[in-house]
Amino acid sequence: MPLKMLVTAKRVEDPESKIAVKADGSGIVTDGVNYKMNPFDEIAVEEALRLKEKHGGEVVVASIGGDKSMTEIRAALAMGADRGLLVKHEGALDPMVAAAILKVLVEQEKPDLVMLGKQSIDDDQNQTGQILAERLSWPQATFASKKESLESEAEQKKQPGLVLGGDGKRMQVVREVDGGVETVEVPLPAVVTVDLRLNKPRFASLPGIMKAKKKEVKELPAAGLGVDLSPKVVVRKLHAPPARQGGVKVADVAELYAKLHQEAKVI
Amino acid sequence: MSNVLVLAEQSHGKLKKATLSALTAGREVAKRSGGKVTALVLGKGAAQAAEELAGHGAEVKHADVPALEHYLAEAWAPVVAEVAQAAGATWVVAAATAFGKDLLPRAAARLGAAAATEVLALAGEGASVFLRRPMWAGNVIAEVELTTPVKAFTVRPTEFAPAPKAAGGSAAAVAVSPPAVQTRFVEFQEVKSERPELTEARVVVSGGRGTKGDFKEVEALADDLGAAVGASRAAVDAGWVPNDWQVGQTGKVVAPELYVAAGISGAIQHVAGMKGAKVIVAINKDPEAPIFQIADYGLVADLFKAIPELREKVKASK
Ligand SMILES: Cc1cc2nc3c(=O)[nH]c(=O)nc-3n(C[C@H](O)[C@H](O)[C@H](O)COP(=O)(O)OP(=O)(O)OC[C@H]3O[C@@H](n4cnc5c(N)ncnc54)[C@H](O)[C@@H]3O)c2cc1C
Ligand SMILES: Nc1ncnc2c1ncn2[C@@H]1O[C@H](COP(=O)(O)O)[C@@H](O)[C@H]1O
Repeated sequence: MPLKMLVTAKRVEDPESKIAVKADGSGIVTDGVNYKMNPFDEIAVEEALRLKEKHGGEVVVASIGGDKSMTEIRAALAMGADRGLLVKHEGALDPMVAAAILKVLVEQEKPDLVMLGKQSIDDDQNQTGQILAERLSWPQATFASKKESLESEAEQKKQPGLVLGGDGKRMQVVREVDGGVETVEVPLPAVVTVDLRLNKPRFASLPGIMKAKKKEVKELPAAGLGVDLSPKVVVRKLHAPPARQGGVKVADVAELYAKLHQEAKVI
Repeated sequence: MSNVLVLAEQSHGKLKKATLSALTAGREVAKRSGGKVTALVLGKGAAQAAEELAGHGAEVKHADVPALEHYLAEAWAPVVAEVAQAAGATWVVAAATAFGKDLLPRAAARLGAAAATEVLALAGEGASVFLRRPMWAGNVIAEVELTTPVKAFTVRPTEFAPAPKAAGGSAAAVAVSPPAVQTRFVEFQEVKSERPELTEARVVVSGGRGTKGDFKEVEALADDLGAAVGASRAAVDAGWVPNDWQVGQTGKVVAPELYVAAGISGAIQHVAGMKGAKVIVAINKDPEAPIFQIADYGLVADLFKAIPELREKVKASK
């Protein structure tokens, strides 16, 4: 049973970049900041590719953002995704609006499976997949992981962590939750959000990058989708977190113990 | 009127402590907006957990129908929405645990409510409640306003004191429509541990890539101190320790009295999960490791030498 999959690729600040708040609290300083695909979304793309390699099907990658988000779509295409959808939207976007836009794409594309990252590492919301699932009245399996480690043989063989049932209509998903791992089974179509231990995303190959340039990417203006685009989570201002005073070094274990025992009184 | 519904989390009839932090936040909202707080406990063991929560002065409703036996967001969200509407709730609050993160956005969407996650504090004045939450791995704190009629948020349990025991609470069953559910719970593989829960422990000892996969010393020090064990993403990704030990931006957030980071470099994503600790100790071979910038006591040393020595000192004082 081939699977049609819709996967999201958000453009975010590179996690290695230094992030600082502008003096007036209106945003972050973007000078010298690099951008890339949200790391969780890379994992979602990788999983979709593995599922396709195993079961056949199609991987459609979607991003909502300005023209520059084309870079992230091309990155996913270079990894191996089949085609792209760029929903052009400048300015503030909250998870409700993102989910509303993705719902329209789902209605157009009718995928069997929608895969998103569990969280965007810029806004750190962890909401879009859950909202989308509710708005579609689809089951959800968030924080998808697998029991085998990222150093396991299964991972080396690039096997998917999501397990498609024999009838091709159900998916078993292992979820990272508090106190252990949970397994749920969702009938398709379903929404899955992925966590860090699901897989190690592949790097795009040179031929992959060349091929990606020729793959189809449809551009859709957000304003034409019939969705209310005004954010309902309105950011009023940003500020820097309180700085932590550290930097004191101790000479040896004896001094460390003495400080913890007598000064901090924590042991 | 602005009533507040607090979503409780329980397992086998035992209330999760994080719920008491959500209750505190819910009470703050209610106080400012002039409404009352109701708490909701669902699933197997709900009645028992509801009694426990009532012991903290809360008015608690509980329900347990077959479709709610195991927690599943798809099944619980419509029930939460139904109870929220019946209670006239304009705010829905939960703790930012794996449960709250999974359920609250879905329940909020059902209510047409905008939601904020991992809230650190309330801001604004009187009934106009704004919420402070971290972004970019805690590099930035944002003040957000939710503009929908019904609003929802999850709170970071380390930032709101647990509601103390108090009189005046009550627990009562509430009738709910059995939800239609397509998701099937298959199994839960618990990571059994005699140690305190990571997010609730007074002391946390964490290991990173510097352990090279040998957590024996880290775990032994934790046991000597009655501590929980944590880890960096690198240690978890390598499969050395369970996933649910990961501390950081995308793992658990802890705020113990003492946090010991051994063989952890101090990447911003890790620091996001532990910088709320009262005292931070770093043990690292590399004097330039960024972890030393935030450590109250930094020791440049090989963890395999330093930890056994530290354990000797701890034992000698007992
Ligand atoms: C999307 C995303 C999310 C992330 N989320 C998290 C998260 O939630 N939590 C998290 O922790 N990370 C997270 N990370 C990863 C993070 O960026 C770092 O890669 C990770 O924290 C590094 O782990 P580490 O400090 O153990 O390893 P390293 O950075 O490799 O540091 C190992 C340290 O051990 C020291 N060392 C080596 N041998 C010894 C010895 N014998 N004795 C003492 N010291 C020794 C070294 O000097 C070094 O400083 C995330 C990254 C991304 C991109
Ligand atoms: N603008 C966007 N474009 C594409 N995907 C998005 C966008 N915003 C959110 N998503 C997806 O939703 C996931 C969760 O995001 P969030 O709820 O913002 O933390 C991300 O990992 C993405 O997969």
